[in-house]
Amino acid sequence: MRKNKASLLAVLLWGVAGGLVIVGNSSAADPVTPRMLSYACAGCHGTNGVSAGPAIPTIAGIDADYFVSAMQGYKKDEWASTVMGRLAKNYSDDQIIAMGKFFAKQQFVPADQVVDSEKAALGKSLHRQHCEKCHENDGASSEGTGVLAGQWMPYLHAALHDYISGMRPMSKNMEAKIDAVLKEHKKAGIEALVHFYGSKSH
Amino acid sequence: MAVRAIEGGVVLMFNVNRRGFLKLTTAAATIPALSVPYIARGAGQKVVVIGGGPGGATAAKYIKMANPQIHVTLIESSKEYIACFLSNEALIGQRTMDSLTISFDSLKKHGIHIIIETVTGIDPTSKMVSTREGNTHTYDRCVVAPGIDFRWDAIEGYNERTSETIPHAWRAGVQTSLLRKQIESMRDGGTLIIVAPPNPFRCPPGPYERASLIAHYFKTHGKNKSKIIILDPKDSFIKKELFIQAWSRMYGYGTQDSMIQWVAGAEGGKVDKIDPKTLVVQAQIEDFKADVLNVIPPQKAGAIAATAGLTDHQGWCPVNQKTFESTLHTGIHVIGDSCIAGSMPKSAYSANAQAKVVASAVMTSLEGREPETPSYVNTCYSIAGHNYGFSVAAVYTFDDDKKTITGKAAVTAPDASPVTLKREVSYAHSWFKNIVADSWQ
Ligand SMILES: Cc1cc2nc3c(=O)[nH]c(=O)nc-3n(C[C@H](O)[C@H](O)[C@H](O)COP(=O)(O)OP(=O)(O)OC[C@H]3O[C@@H](n4cnc5c(N)ncnc54)[C@H](O)[C@@H]3O)c2cc1C
Ligand code: HEC
Ligand code: HEC
Repeated sequence: MRKNKASLLAVLLWGVAGGLVIVGNSSAADPVTPRMLSYACAGCHGTNGVSAGPAIPTIAGIDADYFVSAMQGYKKDEWASTVMGRLAKNYSDDQIIAMGKFFAKQQFVPADQVVDSEKAALGKSLHRQHCEKCHENDGASSEGTGVLAGQWMPYLHAALHDYISGMRPMSKNMEAKIDAVLKEHKKAGIEALVHFYGSKSH
Repeated sequence: MAVRAIEGGVVLMFNVNRRGFLKLTTAAATIPALSVPYIARGAGQKVVVIGGGPGGATAAKYIKMANPQIHVTLIESSKEYIACFLSNEALIGQRTMDSLTISFDSLKKHGIHIIIETVTGIDPTSKMVSTREGNTHTYDRCVVAPGIDFRWDAIEGYNERTSETIPHAWRAGVQTSLLRKQIESMRDGGTLIIVAPPNPFRCPPGPYERASLIAHYFKTHGKNKSKIIILDPKDSFIKKELFIQAWSRMYGYGTQDSMIQWVAGAEGGKVDKIDPKTLVVQAQIEDFKADVLNVIPPQKAGAIAATAGLTDHQGWCPVNQKTFESTLHTGIHVIGDSCIAGSMPKSAYSANAQAKVVASAVMTSLEGREPETPSYVNTCYSIAGHNYGFSVAAVYTFDDDKKTITGKAAVTAPDASPVTLKREVSYAHSWFKNIVADSWQ
């Protein structure tokens, strides 16, 4: 504080000497920076959102719009969650948008995890048949969705469980595809898809 | 208000914030002599961090992340850090001590200078830290994160010496291993007593998580007739409803053969004296005889904080909760368990979150800027049994009027499904990996 006052004085003195002109209005309390907001998430999601696993999802590099829909889904209790619903309620809409931009800029690092290659092989064909249309690049693209390829498998399992049990809303189109997978392969189809995404190191 | 200075045809923008302090906003970096860029202004300045727990380690790492040109030295008395968090799992053999042991090597990759020495003094006037090994280190800013110390005079019969046979296991390491051995070798039908501490203390749900996991161990290791008694000076504790619900569901709580008994302060739970030979515990109304005794003593800030004159009459460090700068000595910031941080509990997550706020505050002070508006998060997971976890979570803000950190803690819903309780265990384990990575790697 003291130092700041001193430097303020110095700047003012210099300013007067240098012909400082004062224009404009004073601003309110500084908003919290996106970085400050986002750093606080790293205790659970990892530094800059890259999760060390084995269950909490990586949020680095996810699409900013998808981030906002996720946080709003949690905030409004429309998406099932263990803890995110309780956290998201504390952030304003603007803060959520700001964090979305911050995390979208971070580099997604695919998870290093053990997969069953047979399951992954089935998952690959199921993905290409049913999911690739919206989850492009074998699920590596995050446009409008989360990143599936290289995401932590327990999280993907949880997300799919929540969709299937109606605890998280999904589009009619995605539902049709999930239903198709379930009809043909039951739970094993879902398991296969998760192993396929888990096998992707991009 | 915006202030525009025209010098040599270049426009300089300043912002005057609410308190009337000037902040350089744009164009500044392009003008040499006049306004040195922030990063350059921090260059070569020295930060000494004391303590390599989640508080100190995270602070050192995030200061380096913000400005690699700042010289950061971390002084820690142990070669390795042994985490308390999840050590209750180690107590019952569900986790190895190795998995709790964290190396400081990765921090070196960030360019942090690690010194394994014990700090014995901090001189705020000469801005110098001295160590037991006889070395001194000067600083421009000092961050102090020494965790907790115990009030060895609070319970008659319990002191540092008797803790060698009657573990507290509230600092992880040999203490954890000692209690583990005693739990393992306790006869079926024996009584394990946990003496819980008064507020404030490290890890508010910790004693109750410990009781839960030991009950789980007894149940699954042929020690079904054994009992756990928690003697508590308090009448409540965090996540109490969730713990009681878990104990009722899994350990017969509320019935005649409950494995866990909790004696609240109002029921005479406060312990004044123990007999280290007979393991008789003298609580306010009754005496209790233990087969295994775990005393978690009342606590205060880590010893160096008191030595350096950073503590108040209750033994904790008062700070400006926006910057964690000590209100007793300028230039020194205190974070983690040692500091008084409004409604934030003493936890690893809190220490990690406070460290990021302090990293920013140290940067802004070295660079001659105003501190940023802080934001803090805490979550404490508790594991109460097999596939049975729950949590408390909160986002905190700095209340500019009351000058304190405020936030509303929210706990797992009491009607949470088994799926949720199971997920919370896996997320707790994942939290551990991420807090370790975020703090030390
Ligand atoms: C059983 C148990 C379970 C817990 N579970 C959780 C949990 O699930 N989640 C959670 O968030 N928190 C948990 N905690 C709390 C957590 O461990 C502490 O809150 C956290 O460690 C505080 O961090 P800190 O950096 O302030 O201090 P510490 O972790 O204590 O680190 C302080 C460091 O400073 C060093 N030091 C001290 N004095 C000096 C000196 N003079 N010179 C040099 N070095 C020095 C020490 O050696 C130590 O390494 C738990 C605690 C216990 C006991
Ligand atoms: C206590 C640990 C914890 C903290 C702290 C935390 N998260 Fe989460 N996050 C989770 C978990 C666990 C999930 C999975 C959903 C659930 O069960 O709550 C998740 C899911 C998410 C998702 C969805 C990811 C996807 O692919 O759909 C986003 C986005 C997210 N968190 C953002 C954040 C942000 C932003 C913060 C900080 C403000 C934050 N989280 C803090 C644990 C945490
Ligand atoms: C019609 C487009 C569409 C199709 C087809 C589709 N999805 Fe999705 N998916 C989405 C969108 C959009 C989201 C993100 C937001 C949401 O939950 O509404 C999403 C989200 C997900 C998520 C959650 C990601 C996260 O980070 O939480 C998973 C898992 C997923 N999809 C799996 C699949 C699988 C497997 C298939 C194929 C069987 C599939 N999807 C087919 C559009 C689609």
